[in-house]
Amino acid sequence: MTAATRLRSRHLLGIADLDPSEIELILSTAEAMKEIGTRTIKKVPALRGRTVVNLFFEASTRTRLSFELAEKRLSADTMGITAAGSSVSKGETLADTARTLEAMSPDIIVIRHASSGAPHLLSRICKAGIVNAGDGTHEHPTQALLDALTIRERKGRLAGLKVAIIGDLMHSRVLRSNVLLLTRMGAEVRACGPATLMPLGLTQLGVHVTTSIDEAVAGADVVMMLRVQHERMHGLFLPSVREYFSLFGLTPARLERAASDVIVMHPGPMNRGVEIDSAVADGPWSVILDQVANGVAVRMAVLYLLAGEDLQS
Amino acid sequence: MTTQSLLLKNARVVDPGAGRDGHFDVLIADGKIARIGKNIPAGDARVVEVPKEWVVTPGLIDIHVHLREPGQEHKETIATGTWSAVVGGFTAVACMPNTDPVNDSSSVTQFILKRAAEANFARVYPIGAVSVGQKGDQMTEMGDLSAAGCVAFTDDGHPVRTAMLMRRALEYSSMFDVPIIEHCEDPSLKGDGVAHEGAVAAMLGLRGIPSVAESIMAERDISLSEMTGGRVHIAHMSARQTLRAVREGKSRGIKVTCEVAPHHFTLTDEALRKGSGYDTNYKMNPPLREEADRLAMIDGLRDGSIDVISTDHAPHHADEKALEFDHAPFGIVGLETCVPICLDRLVHGEVLSLPRLVALLTCNPASLLKLPGGTLREGEPADITILSPDTQVTIHTADLVSKSKNSPFDGWSLKGAVAATIVGGRVLYSNPIVHGTELLRMAD
Repeated sequence: MTAATRLRSRHLLGIADLDPSEIELILSTAEAMKEIGTRTIKKVPALRGRTVVNLFFEASTRTRLSFELAEKRLSADTMGITAAGSSVSKGETLADTARTLEAMSPDIIVIRHASSGAPHLLSRICKAGIVNAGDGTHEHPTQALLDALTIRERKGRLAGLKVAIIGDLMHSRVLRSNVLLLTRMGAEVRACGPATLMPLGLTQLGVHVTTSIDEAVAGADVVMMLRVQHERMHGLFLPSVREYFSLFGLTPARLERAASDVIVMHPGPMNRGVEIDSAVADGPWSVILDQVANGVAVRMAVLYLLAGEDLQS
Repeated sequence: MTTQSLLLKNARVVDPGAGRDGHFDVLIADGKIARIGKNIPAGDARVVEVPKEWVVTPGLIDIHVHLREPGQEHKETIATGTWSAVVGGFTAVACMPNTDPVNDSSSVTQFILKRAAEANFARVYPIGAVSVGQKGDQMTEMGDLSAAGCVAFTDDGHPVRTAMLMRRALEYSSMFDVPIIEHCEDPSLKGDGVAHEGAVAAMLGLRGIPSVAESIMAERDISLSEMTGGRVHIAHMSARQTLRAVREGKSRGIKVTCEVAPHHFTLTDEALRKGSGYDTNYKMNPPLREEADRLAMIDGLRDGSIDVISTDHAPHHADEKALEFDHAPFGIVGLETCVPICLDRLVHGEVLSLPRLVALLTCNPASLLKLPGGTLREGEPADITILSPDTQVTIHTADLVSKSKNSPFDGWSLKGAVAATIVGGRVLYSNPIVHGTELLRMAD
């Protein structure tokens, strides 16, 4: 693998567009960015004078705050727009919103949207770099990158690790980005969830697919739990919370089958007692809060690599 | 209207409905085909020595077209849609009833026919709704609609909502000897899907429409056709499972027929990944399916299981298609791209002989809906399409004459062109890129 010194695209639409050397570049840049968060003055001028727009069409707390903090630590000028209270609620199309923003010459637009492919639509309209902060059930690339950073900190590597991803696989953008990243970096991925929430095509990506949590967890170095939306809990996907927890909930007993130094991850927000037992979420295995801290560093790295090019040279 | 007589001299005539494939003279006079034969004396007719590359066929007929008028004239009008048909080589179209208001009463049918007569381009055969407002509850007045000119019934855009309504519609429509055209889709399986349920949609995070959503409804309707003796025609078939059901039904003598649209034997869901992905010109219903389905459609064309090629011409305004993939409407325009795709992929691609392709676009749709035309008969209106199968064309969607440009075939280079379209003896269209068509323009 030749080391990349820059990203080929001016957008980050998904892990699908990144090659291993670019993933490596983002992770190593993020490691350097982490140090900034430990300083008394947590700010560098890397994006001074750059404008970043945070365009969040879907409710988000941690991702939005994480991006905002990353932007501020890099000294960018930031604006935030939420769907409620903007022209979107007056019936403006995404394309028109994009053109309006474009007229204000932002350098980067960070977008979270409920429709898969919305950032791709924006990338065809805007000159600004587009960062996908989660699109529908498609991708959430910065989540996968911060997960990878967290795993690497704890395990020293990605290649060869056994990673179990468990939960609502069908509706999870975190799953898709993580599968693409982890398989690309040589990890062994097992995906586990109920048959009603199993997307097609995972096997073709080299993922071992199972409906048995015990099989998924056996010998795992990393267990990554996915959120199950409440609205999927009563109806045609799943009969009840009770049954879901009994079949797929991660408990200390189930973790005993994993590697002795297993780490447990969750992209949040967690449903305690649904997909994860509190004893696990708060237990010694949990790196959930490390993920949050690493989120800021990874987003700083991505923004820097996309918008800070000429500062590097 | 009288037009000057025209003698197409020594033309290759391919007219599978009449079992004709050879070189003939075709004399057009008073808007009708006066004679087809050898060495016809010209008399006072203008003589066009037909270039040997051309093929004269009966006027092409597309039985699945959305003309959008009344109600959605920003997408297409009867005038623009029938002009698009003529430029695409079609002399007649059957138009779907999902307009606003729905074509569920004879007054709407009459309006459509009046507008079509005013436009005076391709002939228009309206298709009526099965249920009032296409809501799936009350049957329409099929007798009155038939008398007004409806040639079939469908709730296209949606399936006929219940098995009971389909049963009654098949029974009732058989009194008028018209088929029920079915948009096969189980609503509960389709859900809010936007793309074929497969590996591509799964990885793009697009909600899936499984193939069985189509085939399960086709199986229902084929069973009901068997029970009632009514004719059912499966519209825009996309899935290999549906083809299997149709084949099985046909083998048991059930009155089921089916059609396929060019995009379903040309494209697959892989197109959704093209470029930066999510191009809404690849969003149609039924969706683009997998390679195995595409190959099945080719196979169905080859072995004759598929009766008709139709376009499902579905114009949408550019603003509507410029939305998120989830929110953009389903459908693409097809009238002007059909002939080049069919000639390139099916004839030059050695799937079908030219006469067999022509049958799928002329006598087969005509006999299915009992339409005039579909074959060249002396004394009948001179609806004629002239093809130039070896002319290379490049599709530029900006140049489409349809009011809407929502086609995924922009930039495609294809071998096979429409040379000219003649409706009622009038040369309405001659293609400037086809060598020799200036002869027809002089004649007009």
